[in-house]
Amino acid sequence: MKNITKVYPNGVVANRDVTFEVNTGEIHALSGENGAGKTTLMKILFGEEKPTSGSILIGGKEVDIRNPQDALGLGIGMVHQHFMLVPSLTVTENVILGIEKRKGLGIDYRSAEKLVGDMGRKYNMYLDPKTKVRDLSVGQKQKLEILKILIRGARILILDEPTAVLTPQETGELFAELKNLRDQGFTIIFISHKLDEIRELCDRITIIRHGETKGVFGLEGITDEELSQRMIGRDVQLTVEKPECRRGGAVLSAKEVVVSGDGDKPLLDRISFTLHSGEILGIAGVEGNGQSQLVDAITGIGPYDGGEILFSDSTIRQGDIRRIRKSGMGYIPEDRMTLGISPSLSVTENMIADKIDDPRFFSKGGFIDNGGIDAFSRQMIDDYAILCQNGDVSISSLSGGNIQKVVLAREMSSNPKLIIANQPTRGVDVGATEFIRRKLVAMRDSGCAVLLVSSDLNELLGLSDRLLVMYGGRFAACFSSLAGVDGQTLGRYMLGLDKQDEDEISRSAM
Amino acid sequence: MSVFQQIFSAEFVAMWLRVATPLLFASLGAVICEKSGVVNLGLEGIMLCSALAGVIGSAYTNSLFGGFACGIAMGLILSAVFAYFHLVMKANSVLCGTAINTFASGFTVFVLEICTGEKGNSSSLKSFSFGTVDIPLIKDIPVIGEILSGHNVLTYAAFIMVGVIWYMLYRTPLGLRIRADGENENAINSVGISVNRTRFIAILLCGVMTSIGGMYLSMGYLNMFVRDMVAGRGFISLAANAMGQCSPVGTMCSALIFAFFDGLSNILQLLRIPSEFVQMVPYAATIAGLVIYAIQKTESEKRKRRQMGRKVLENA
Repeated sequence: MKNITKVYPNGVVANRDVTFEVNTGEIHALSGENGAGKTTLMKILFGEEKPTSGSILIGGKEVDIRNPQDALGLGIGMVHQHFMLVPSLTVTENVILGIEKRKGLGIDYRSAEKLVGDMGRKYNMYLDPKTKVRDLSVGQKQKLEILKILIRGARILILDEPTAVLTPQETGELFAELKNLRDQGFTIIFISHKLDEIRELCDRITIIRHGETKGVFGLEGITDEELSQRMIGRDVQLTVEKPECRRGGAVLSAKEVVVSGDGDKPLLDRISFTLHSGEILGIAGVEGNGQSQLVDAITGIGPYDGGEILFSDSTIRQGDIRRIRKSGMGYIPEDRMTLGISPSLSVTENMIADKIDDPRFFSKGGFIDNGGIDAFSRQMIDDYAILCQNGDVSISSLSGGNIQKVVLAREMSSNPKLIIANQPTRGVDVGATEFIRRKLVAMRDSGCAVLLVSSDLNELLGLSDRLLVMYGGRFAACFSSLAGVDGQTLGRYMLGLDKQDEDEISRSAM
Repeated sequence: MSVFQQIFSAEFVAMWLRVATPLLFASLGAVICEKSGVVNLGLEGIMLCSALAGVIGSAYTNSLFGGFACGIAMGLILSAVFAYFHLVMKANSVLCGTAINTFASGFTVFVLEICTGEKGNSSSLKSFSFGTVDIPLIKDIPVIGEILSGHNVLTYAAFIMVGVIWYMLYRTPLGLRIRADGENENAINSVGISVNRTRFIAILLCGVMTSIGGMYLSMGYLNMFVRDMVAGRGFISLAANAMGQCSPVGTMCSALIFAFFDGLSNILQLLRIPSEFVQMVPYAATIAGLVIYAIQKTESEKRKRRQMGRKVLENA
């Protein structure tokens, strides 16, 4: 793939002049953080996305791939992160979908079942052809996806984060199968950000960051440090004035929290920690290692299936959001435009969305008190330096940073005891970023507890009083003091190369 | 004669099958559509237009076949319009279906008046009807002969179609694609089959089935077209499809249940029970059934999650 550039219609640049090369018969890792553009690049190769510019060459010949059918015709197959299977159909039916052989009017099921069985045995991935897909385990579903593309004649296999949903045993099996395929001459592109797995399986690695290639390396000749630095980036020190932490009593505590996933592997696996008033607890981790499930469980938006989460002495239950917020939890969600605001409402309306039933402010004999609302809104716009003509303009007309400030104003004006900030400065301009960070520190100094989930390591290192690192639904590390901790160290834990002792983690996480 | 004697008479059973015929055709059409992932609310309108097209077609071509062809063509045209707007122009399927229904009730009266000068019915047109079939041997058996023999040819066809549609859905490549399409269109896409093409075919097949159901009303059940004669049967067919969980046999059973209550309501009027009340019963039962089903399903999912959570804790 030569000089591939992909710009989405909304202006997001997913790939910028990326050149990507794979040799026949190798397992090649495509690596980088979430949102780096790995999946987009592979979707271009599989014909699911069209590149804005650039060309694709296979065996030295330039090819035109307009849809998945073209790609399959050229021997390229892709196993998506989310399985493309039909649960109520059998293994055989899923495999032959689109390439059915007839006998008379109907499908020749007998020969199809034999073919599926034979192929399974040949590649050491046998599945009972008559089982319904909904009865398969996640690992088996993955085998089925691979069989599906093998039967279509694929010689180049793209696997998009195949181990994300697998248990360690299933991962081991998958790796054995993939190595077996490589030895039979297949080419495999393995998308992953787990360095330990890449080392075990792959021959070479291409690293992508912010849509650009950061180099191709043979895995023999490069250290983990160099790799993780290229994936996560160098750290620029961030200076936020921060007085000494005055830690108070426990505000939020999680005990052995479990969130089950689709397969046998839980998304959150017995997570325990305590958050005290007057401190900022940071949570680091490559996206998709359980952070969203944890935040959803704490805020009552999502379920948890085991253990207990206590917030100011009462248990948190899913759907209990109103009570949770009333008891003093503020939430700055990751997905600003869906959870953070209502895009069609005005700035003021968004600002008072959680306070409209408060009789002190807004209801006068059952009616809305517009004067009071306007005064409050003007006050907030001043306090938070929100750039807008007035409170009546639609919030969608504001910039990302100012929208985030509206969210911040709403959440913080309710005097919370706890603030959950999930990626609070993502996509926010520099000025607003600094403002938001200072506000978070100010809240902490006034005795509020802050849980900060972020993919920005500088932000985490600059703001947190304590820092937890998540990997595969568990904590890989906990730092009770950040002295001497840098991005490099964090990177090793985030990518699963290092892991602190369980006892040590649970002691310092309390 | 008591009510029960009436219900347990051969005449009632024969009537039951007659009432069930249009429902069966349309609901089988709905099965195909729904399996492919499209909710086609326009069944009602397609039935109505085809009922009229069949009558007029047979009157003008002076042949039963001409009428049949006209009715089918009508169904295909309306389905193609629905499919174009829903699949290509990406309009909401409920709106497309409703548009077809609204169009149909006005259009049929308009055309009826042009052709006959009347707005109520087509009795002045000399149209053809589908004939009845006497099954040899069986027709001579008492009771059974009365029930099974002497029905309209379309009534037999409707029950045969249950098997045909089942075979098409579960044994042919097209059926496999239709089923996969409705459940996970990404699966279809990722193996290079066009989602929309499959759905287009499904909608057209549905149109054929539905238009036969409509023609039965004006060329079998009655011998003329009457304004708004479909009277909600298209919607009942959709309900039968939903209650039958989208399977041909289940849908047939649901359609028969609805038809049973339809027939029953006529008889129960003798008991001074309003027919509207009786006609309400199957729907109320369906709603109750679906609610219970939904509650059970969410509860069992919750239980499953809990169990997995416990398992993780125990394994620790």
